[in-house]
Amino acid sequence: MTDERERGEHGENREHGESGETGAKGGIGEHAESGGDVTAPLLEIRGLSVSYRTRGGTVAAVRGVDLDVWPGEVTAVVGESGSGKSTTAHAITRLLPDSGSIDAGTVRFGRHELTTLSEAELRAVRGARIGLVPQDPTVSLNPVKRIGEQVAEVLRIHGLTSRRSAAAEAIAVLERAGLPDAAVRARQYPHELSGGMRQRVLIAVAIAARPELIVADEPTSALDVTVQRVILDHLQRLAEESGTAVLLVTHDLGVAADRAQRLVVMAQGRVVEAGPTRDVLADPRDAYTRRLLASAPSLAGARRRPSPPVPRTHTAPLLEARNLVKEFRLPRAGEGPRTLRAVDDVSFTLQRGQTLALVGESGSGKSTTARLALRLADATAGQVLFDGSDVTTVAGSRARELRRRAQLVYQNPYASLDPRFSIGEVITEPLRAFKVGDRASRLARARELLDRVALSAAVLDRRPAELSGGQRQRVAIARALALSPDLVVCDEPVSALDVSVQAQVLELLVELQDRTGVAYLFISHDLAVVRQIAHQVAVMRAGRVVETGPVDDLFARPRHAYTRELLAAIPGGRVPSPAAETVATVPATRTRCVPSPARLNPRTRWGT
Amino acid sequence: MRGYVLKRLAQAVGVLWAAYTVSFLVLDYLPGDPVTAMAGAGMDSGQVDPRQIAALRHEYGFDKPVLAQYAEYLGRAVRGDFGNAVTTGRPVSSTLADALPQTLQLTATALLFAVVLGGGLAVAATYTRRRRLRQLLLSLPPLGVSVPTFWVGLLLVEAFSFRLRWFPAFGNDGPRGLVLPALTLAVPTGAQLAQVLAKSLLTALDQAYVETARAKGAGRWRVHLRHALRNASLPALTVVGLLVGQLIAGSVVVETVFSRDGLGRVTAAAVTAQDIPVVQGVVAFGALVFVTTNLVVDLIYPLLDPRIVVASGRRAGVA
Repeated sequence: MTDERERGEHGENREHGESGETGAKGGIGEHAESGGDVTAPLLEIRGLSVSYRTRGGTVAAVRGVDLDVWPGEVTAVVGESGSGKSTTAHAITRLLPDSGSIDAGTVRFGRHELTTLSEAELRAVRGARIGLVPQDPTVSLNPVKRIGEQVAEVLRIHGLTSRRSAAAEAIAVLERAGLPDAAVRARQYPHELSGGMRQRVLIAVAIAARPELIVADEPTSALDVTVQRVILDHLQRLAEESGTAVLLVTHDLGVAADRAQRLVVMAQGRVVEAGPTRDVLADPRDAYTRRLLASAPSLAGARRRPSPPVPRTHTAPLLEARNLVKEFRLPRAGEGPRTLRAVDDVSFTLQRGQTLALVGESGSGKSTTARLALRLADATAGQVLFDGSDVTTVAGSRARELRRRAQLVYQNPYASLDPRFSIGEVITEPLRAFKVGDRASRLARARELLDRVALSAAVLDRRPAELSGGQRQRVAIARALALSPDLVVCDEPVSALDVSVQAQVLELLVELQDRTGVAYLFISHDLAVVRQIAHQVAVMRAGRVVETGPVDDLFARPRHAYTRELLAAIPGGRVPSPAAETVATVPATRTRCVPSPARLNPRTRWGT
Repeated sequence: MRGYVLKRLAQAVGVLWAAYTVSFLVLDYLPGDPVTAMAGAGMDSGQVDPRQIAALRHEYGFDKPVLAQYAEYLGRAVRGDFGNAVTTGRPVSSTLADALPQTLQLTATALLFAVVLGGGLAVAATYTRRRRLRQLLLSLPPLGVSVPTFWVGLLLVEAFSFRLRWFPAFGNDGPRGLVLPALTLAVPTGAQLAQVLAKSLLTALDQAYVETARAKGAGRWRVHLRHALRNASLPALTVVGLLVGQLIAGSVVVETVFSRDGLGRVTAAAVTAQDIPVVQGVVAFGALVFVTTNLVVDLIYPLLDPRIVVASGRRAGVA
């Protein structure tokens, strides 16, 4: 398939008209060999097709992709899972798994054609001229090697340092990547560092040899939002300082909008739209881009939650937590505290038919709080009142009664459904557990529930593995609703889903609340998602509730510094209208267009 | 760290005691009696004097109640005294001590062969890109595990002693005599090691940190040995600990096939003659070796994987 036809099919490629603007960017001079010519892209992918061999035959993952990365610019590739964005990024330096192969197309980098280079020639490019920042920092470092050693390895491989000076140079690179106490960290092992710190180490690995291009594959998707912001800020600053081009692969349109000069939207292995970021966002030509824009939670302003019902203050709250404390005993290891206070004096109330969101980053104690509320863990101190009665220490039949009235939807729909159960068995399991009805009535209830969550009754006999992530989460919701509970605890119910699916599931949750009057205790790290569903919000940090209030007040007038920090970290502030109208109500998010030097400080408190 | 080692030592003592007790019970319940066997072997075919047998029984303590026998034997065993061998009358401890060096040589050499050959096979099979070669190499370990040891021994003798005349077929003379028996013993051991190591190497090569290493520009050999192998060596190390016990067991067959003197043949002879003191000595020694190697293996883990904290003996941070 020719390039021209591909581009013809997917709309005009707007990149070439923009090269004049690129020329204005500075900092390209040092890469005279390939980057000196600013009228040509640094990386030019044409008609790239990649397929994977699977048991069921070959599957085309990338089909005829054209993509340019200009020197000194950030180009973002945006798409949902399965769009081929990550495969495209890995195909550049041919870092594909053994089952993957490049079937067609060219990848020109500087004056090299990467698809035809020998393995040895390609190794000289990898790491030295093209750096990779991988997706998940928690698994991307070798667990048995010291940090410094792993950074020094790049320099050693490419002969950029001697054995003697390697350690010192590795520390210098780590400092450049913004890792605090680099000299100490260099002697530690990956498991001794937080996720954010590990991502800085991986950035250090990527920038160590001062490459011309950095390929960043979802570099912050596994990190907390505030950490995400600091890491992206730092990556961006490094790229600007050295004139390095960045290919940023992300599922988050908000991140792409904030960071990239150019946007490439991918779907089903093809580029559906490409061009300067503001043009694409302001005037998306492709239907898929428009859909992606509409469903991005960080961009969408329209709230899916229904207008809050008239507060019935005379009724007792459905769920009330009073001064909850949960301490965990730590393994004995030298000095230091013996216990970890995961939940520290937490109080909140949840009214019937309403949604209370517990927001916080990993380790803030939000999930533990929910477990205490459901009696899945014992509180060290404090009280839990469910429908007016104290359930803090209930056991036996009363605990079972609580289980019946309070259900859970878990984060990961891929892990929370028994793979050996049929969907019908999954949904009717709570009914069987509580001996509700007979076989026929349970099946009828399952059909009714599937209908409610907008799934066809045909899936009753299927297995979870045959469903998509969004469908599985619908099944999990149907299961939670089977016993008509008063309360459903949703633990990050959409964070494992693609944005467009996320939007649908949130809509479904709101609709079900409208119809059934169920109350949600909604746990999330994502303020943008919370905004769409919650009535009340409690912001948690380090086991404490730092701020609580109605969702609109909290977004419009955040009182606590940490809340403001979280709000500012929501990506997507640069997105122009129509989303801007709603974003405008959140003043903090608007400031991100011009990052202030203070904000760029890598040692920001939340950085690591 | 010290507390951990002490705890493990206490466990080791428990295992030794259990091994001794179980072997005592099993031998006690077996039909027949070493004194009868001995008397039968010592006399001409014909009448055996019952009084003589009773005297022998008394001498070895077989006429006492089982519990009293047990207590007495255990008390002596703790001091390293397993009594005298019924068949030869020599102390069990010196019988074992005489046989030990031969067997130690054999098993140590076999272990070396097993690690080098098995490890090499696993690395080669996972390194090669030729599909056919990889499949061929990966099919060798199951073969090595499934063929009987004595048969491997006979094949090796046939090929390398009788045809090629490279190595002697039997006897204890020198390092040349060691090659074939050690190789025979190493085949099933190395095969199991290769299976485990190849599997964990393939798993390690699928990890994200391997991609990071490749993205650094590391060559395949470097990725394979410096990144994947060290991570993959942990399960293999566990297997090595278990295989040491197996090597000692295997020496019974191999020493018989190659007519070598050593612990294995002492064991075989003692079992045939129902020489209970010797068998018990062998069991206790085997348990001691097994317990010691596994303690050593456990202490090596933290050196290979920094995530393993010795104090708890468990891996931290690995989901």
